[in-house]
Amino acid sequence: MQWETVIGLEIHAQLTTKSKIFSGASSAFGAEPNTQACLVDLGFPGVLPVLNEAVVKKAILFGAAVEAEIARRTVFARKNYFYPDLPKGYQISQLDHPIIGPGHVDISLESGESKHIGITRAHLEEDAGKSLHEDFHGMTGIDLNRAGTPLLEIVSEPDMRSAREALAYAKKIHQIVVYLGICDGNMQEGSFRVDANVSVRPVGQEKLGTRAELKNINSFRFLEKAINFEVERQIDILESGGRVVQETRLYDAAKDETRSMRSKEEANDYRYFPDPDLLPLIIEEDFIAEAIREMPELPAARRTRFEEQYGLSAYDADVLTATREQADYYEIVVAEAGDAKLSANWVMVELAGALNKAGLDLPRSPVSAQHFAGLVKRIADDTISGKIGKQVFEAMWESKDSADSIIEAKGLKQITDSGAIEAIVDEVITGNPAQVENFRNAAPDKQPKMLGFFVGQVMKKSQGKANPKQVNELLRNKLLDG
Amino acid sequence: MDLEPDEVEKIAHLARIAVAAGEIEALNTELSSILGLVERMAELDTSDILPMAHPLDMPQRLRPDVVTEESHRETYQSVAPATKNGLYLVPRVIE
Amino acid sequence: MMSDLHQMSIARLSSGLQAGDFSSVELTRHFLHRIRQLDGELNAVLTLAEEQALEQAQAADERIQAGNAGPLTGIPILHKDIFCTRGVRTTCGSRMLGNFISPYDATVVTKLKEAGMVMLGKTNMDEFAMGSSNETSYYGPVRNPWDRDRVPGGSSGGSAAAIAARLGVAATGTDTGGSIRQPAALCGITGLKPTYGRVSRYGMIAFASSLDQAGPMTRSAEDAAYLLAAMAGFDERDSTSVDRPVDDYAGQLNQPLKSLKVGIVKEFFGEGLGAGMNASMQTAIDALKTLGVETREVSLPNSGYSVPAYYVVAPAECSSNLSRFDGVRFGHRCENPQDLEDLYKRSRAEGFGPEVKRRIMIGTYALSAGYYDAYYLKAQQVRQVIADDFRKAFSEVDILLGPASPDTAFRLGEKSDDPVSMYLSDIYTIAVNLAGLPALSMPAPLVDGLPAGLQLISNYFEEEQLLALAHQLQQISDWHLQTPSGY
Repeated sequence: MQWETVIGLEIHAQLTTKSKIFSGASSAFGAEPNTQACLVDLGFPGVLPVLNEAVVKKAILFGAAVEAEIARRTVFARKNYFYPDLPKGYQISQLDHPIIGPGHVDISLESGESKHIGITRAHLEEDAGKSLHEDFHGMTGIDLNRAGTPLLEIVSEPDMRSAREALAYAKKIHQIVVYLGICDGNMQEGSFRVDANVSVRPVGQEKLGTRAELKNINSFRFLEKAINFEVERQIDILESGGRVVQETRLYDAAKDETRSMRSKEEANDYRYFPDPDLLPLIIEEDFIAEAIREMPELPAARRTRFEEQYGLSAYDADVLTATREQADYYEIVVAEAGDAKLSANWVMVELAGALNKAGLDLPRSPVSAQHFAGLVKRIADDTISGKIGKQVFEAMWESKDSADSIIEAKGLKQITDSGAIEAIVDEVITGNPAQVENFRNAAPDKQPKMLGFFVGQVMKKSQGKANPKQVNELLRNKLLDG
Repeated sequence: MDLEPDEVEKIAHLARIAVAAGEIEALNTELSSILGLVERMAELDTSDILPMAHPLDMPQRLRPDVVTEESHRETYQSVAPATKNGLYLVPRVIE
Repeated sequence: MMSDLHQMSIARLSSGLQAGDFSSVELTRHFLHRIRQLDGELNAVLTLAEEQALEQAQAADERIQAGNAGPLTGIPILHKDIFCTRGVRTTCGSRMLGNFISPYDATVVTKLKEAGMVMLGKTNMDEFAMGSSNETSYYGPVRNPWDRDRVPGGSSGGSAAAIAARLGVAATGTDTGGSIRQPAALCGITGLKPTYGRVSRYGMIAFASSLDQAGPMTRSAEDAAYLLAAMAGFDERDSTSVDRPVDDYAGQLNQPLKSLKVGIVKEFFGEGLGAGMNASMQTAIDALKTLGVETREVSLPNSGYSVPAYYVVAPAECSSNLSRFDGVRFGHRCENPQDLEDLYKRSRAEGFGPEVKRRIMIGTYALSAGYYDAYYLKAQQVRQVIADDFRKAFSEVDILLGPASPDTAFRLGEKSDDPVSMYLSDIYTIAVNLAGLPALSMPAPLVDGLPAGLQLISNYFEEEQLLALAHQLQQISDWHLQTPSGY
């Protein structure tokens, strides 16, 4: 039988705010246990939640970015269950009236086509704390620093048909939330968590198969692997006449398998009801306008603009806009250096290569965009050649000095004085009579290739500083006329 | 409406309250009599009535995104039954 | 003169303090002495904060001398043990919080501290404010100073009994379904439940968040006016507190009321009301008429559904609010828990009393899958119907009037085995909470030697009118001045 895979994703994006969703405690990552858990986060008797404005604005930004409906009236509800990392015995979340309604994103498929993926909803909720299972004489330690950190839960339609599509969608959402500056996107620290609802059905069947919810996936690579494992598992069960059980399964990266999480599964009845401590949130038009004013240009729009404004190829524009940092970096460079294509090549090849080699990401580049622009500018205006440019870049990487000061200090400025270049050219012609003879006797179509030898000699004598264009011109004239 | 004994057990479990087997019957009687009182609501036709979740007809107010709290871990944990190295301790959680 | 300090009004005490007739330390000692001497048989006060009280009194005296005292500076106050008080045990009447020293003050406590009031201690209450007789307290029942075989009402029974017995000048209470007004009625004092949102709930241990409201419990409407002015106001820590200026309640006590229309609620004078209570109410109504107000009968046709709706809404909210008591971060924890589930189940079974457990379970049931619509949603619709009844009534009249309870104080143990009959003792008070309206109970003529409470209800945020009417009635009557013998 032919099977079709159906995947929907639930993504929890931690929103980057200074304080928590319902309290004034810091939401910074990595503090000493329970030092960022205030009375509200700890659920002390008598305390009350007060909603953080920034959280609402960030959710609205997301909604606008995925062309979703933004609710004018949204309600917070309590999801009741007991767990030690959940201090109040309920999580403040949203059920019936989420802040963000239906929206969509387009993902690029390998075929080059794009596919529409529906977003069912996105809602705000508070994160739970962490259980630490190091041994405290058979006890578990609870750290509630993370409790109350704002989360935006983004729920997709079951529109994806392969692990590849799921991966493309997850990356797309990741790109959007990071671009918007509403989430740092760090999957290892749990700032961006992806759960996958996976089912299979015979091709042609309308009805969805029974799904399993995969959790504990903390990288994009594992997302693809976890889904592929789960799809195989479900097909094996169905083909051997069994039934898939609806359950939550944990992905174990070490074993590359998913396994049932029975302990948490027993008959959940969350008893949702509207949180009586929080009145309905009414979102006015001008509040939305204010929130959206902070909207940065999104990847798709920026890519198109890069093609149009800078005359870049679709490929270059796509690469340069992959992250907001890279696109910003490029735009600083091109603004200063002027040559869009040259700037693109230098950012994509030399800079990206060096960063990759050093294992650094762009925000930690030792060469700032301003300095890098200075370098590209000197190549564009023929102060140095591209080859010398690489040398200067290496020096900039080490010293953090500007391109100009390195060019100056090392005397790398290109020789453009035609008299000086002519002297070297003459010297080379005189010093290599046999090669001159050969050149002049050669067929005209062979000559351009043979010119390379003389160019090389001139460049060598000038320590690479002679302007290659001038060198070529002079050599051609002198060899052919002589 | 009278509850079944296993319903009482289920409710007690959801509420995480230990109930001894010998208490179930008496508890069932009490809960059922309260539900009997509650069910008088059914006499009232409310088919076109909007539910009222809250007495205040007022929108939610928002707080600026500012850190206002400092760490008072020692004070807050002074009332905790069991802590170690700044963590609250509970019997081992199995996942 | 020093011997009858406990009979004086707040205004009188305040001017005495200002004039230097006595100091706050002396006043505080007087009440601490009375509590030690008289509370043994009442059990109204759970925790006496003697040391802090004397320090606060000392500070108040200095403030008075420095000339920057307010009307409440140096006046003693008792707080219901539902309010978190920093450094002082806060039990909420439960074994669960037997050793709970709050690390912070409730907003109400802070505000009254800032006004210069001196906290004498914490008063007994029904466990987690769930009860109408004060018999559900883990720390034993409170006895009614009018007859110590009878209950003081609940849940703010300790506060009511303490003020009735003149163990304090004023007390705080909370009212979720009548918990200020019913004990005020049964103990013969004045108790006001403000409009929902008028007083901050921050630091008041939540029972039912959409119903809970704190208010003053005093001997007179005038005293209540002073106290409410200091308690009320916007609090940025409570999203449900209303950002609206606080009226000068004391300053408006003598506002003209001639054109006021008072509606007598027909349904509150039905067959459930005892003959003695009815007579007492009629006497009070006659007195009211002499103030020149107009009275007429009005109807709240669906008020009979308020108790059923309440016993869904309040338990549902409480079942969730009380989940935080899990033996992990504070509160009672069972010995040697075998595993996590055992920790939760035994800690909660041991920490909560029977009434609290019943309500948690009713609420859990009402919210659970398959029952939500029939119970919780239905109750919210009934709540709307009840609020509509009030809206209609207030389009006709300014104030609604009725008894605060169907009968005078009942005997200890009389209803404690029958939850439903206990619940029905709040039949006249609960609708007000469902709608979120302000209401007060004030003493009417005694019935067979026991206090009876007259309830006045007004429209949202019209506390100043309620207090003015009650005050002016108290100017022409002396029911509020009656003191139980021996106190």
